[in-house]
Amino acid sequence: MTTLLPGRARLRASAFALLFSLAVPASLPAPAFAHDYKAGDLQIDHPWSRATPGGAKVAGGFMTIRNNGRDSDRLVGGTFDASGIVEIHEMKMDGGVMKMRALEIGLEIKPGQSVELKPGGYHVMFIDLKRSLKEGESVKGELVFEKAGRIAVEYKIENRGAKSGSDDHGAHKGHGAPKS
Amino acid sequence: MNTLKLVRLVAWSSIAILTAAMLYLLLAPKPDSGSGVAGIGGPFRLAAADGSTVDSEQLKGRPFALFFGFTHCPDVCPTSMLEITNDLNALGDLTKAFRVYFVTVDPARDTAALLKEYTGSFDPRIVGLVPKDEQELAAMARSYRAIYRKVETPSGYTMDHTATIYLMDAKGEFFGSLDSKETPEVRQSKLKRLIAKG
Ligand SMILES: [Cu+2]
Repeated sequence: MTTLLPGRARLRASAFALLFSLAVPASLPAPAFAHDYKAGDLQIDHPWSRATPGGAKVAGGFMTIRNNGRDSDRLVGGTFDASGIVEIHEMKMDGGVMKMRALEIGLEIKPGQSVELKPGGYHVMFIDLKRSLKEGESVKGELVFEKAGRIAVEYKIENRGAKSGSDDHGAHKGHGAPKS
Repeated sequence: MNTLKLVRLVAWSSIAILTAAMLYLLLAPKPDSGSGVAGIGGPFRLAAADGSTVDSEQLKGRPFALFFGFTHCPDVCPTSMLEITNDLNALGDLTKAFRVYFVTVDPARDTAALLKEYTGSFDPRIVGLVPKDEQELAAMARSYRAIYRKVETPSGYTMDHTATIYLMDAKGEFFGSLDSKETPEVRQSKLKRLIAKG
């Protein structure tokens, strides 16, 4: 495979990833301010997406899903009010090449595990957007889990460059069960 | 007990050696990416989203940036375009005449009109280029050593693609690249050097 990155830079990148994985504990505590939802033993923290560029027909949905139960579950699909189709995807960079794949059997959330859907990684893929997404709005949708079933959520739309969901939750109180 | 101690010693030493090696790789001086690398880039003539034609011959004398992407791209493409928009704005007047070419790897869906709307929502200095067919796209990608590949998804398809921003100098030769992992300062200093070099 041809790639632009010289071997050294690639080595550097993987070294960094390795070092990072050694230095950061596997699961970080979820921030206490996040708006969250519960479906059985699953807890869904702060679903968000980004404002879309003009003409864009796709967007990614992000959140953290925590499994407090004893059984594994899977995120297998969903709905999104502003798009016709929703798929569960994984994205990664491979030697300077962006690769995105649909997770055919969904995204597994193991017991005790917290899985982060974030830019550059796992995401809910909104396909066939019917309209653009604007910063500051909230868009309703559903997540579908193999065991926990359907759960209604609201995605907060952040700015186009957002790397993570915003900390400002003044605008959307009143949904989701409070966290213990 | 002694065996256990030995095992522990070996384990810890290997961790120490690994860490040292990784630190070396991370901190060791980087080869300068600003030097010309032969073989990346080449002459092209492609339809621009605004109806004009962009001919690399006519770009001689003006450095430019080039990116392969597509509008059905949820993350890397918009993020890269947003970052370079911010970089161009941060450099002010220096980048007034600078152009960033966004070559679509999905000409089947990315019509000129759509691409124009897309790049226009970032910055007027980003110009969409639409290869007229698969052959033209393949030749362009080959010349820039870029990869693109159509991948089926349950509802349609997506495109794997090289996500590098290529920096090309006034002679049309490869000068370096911009990466999302770099800080704005690093990217902007590369752009500055590219424009200064001409
Ligand atoms: Cu996706």
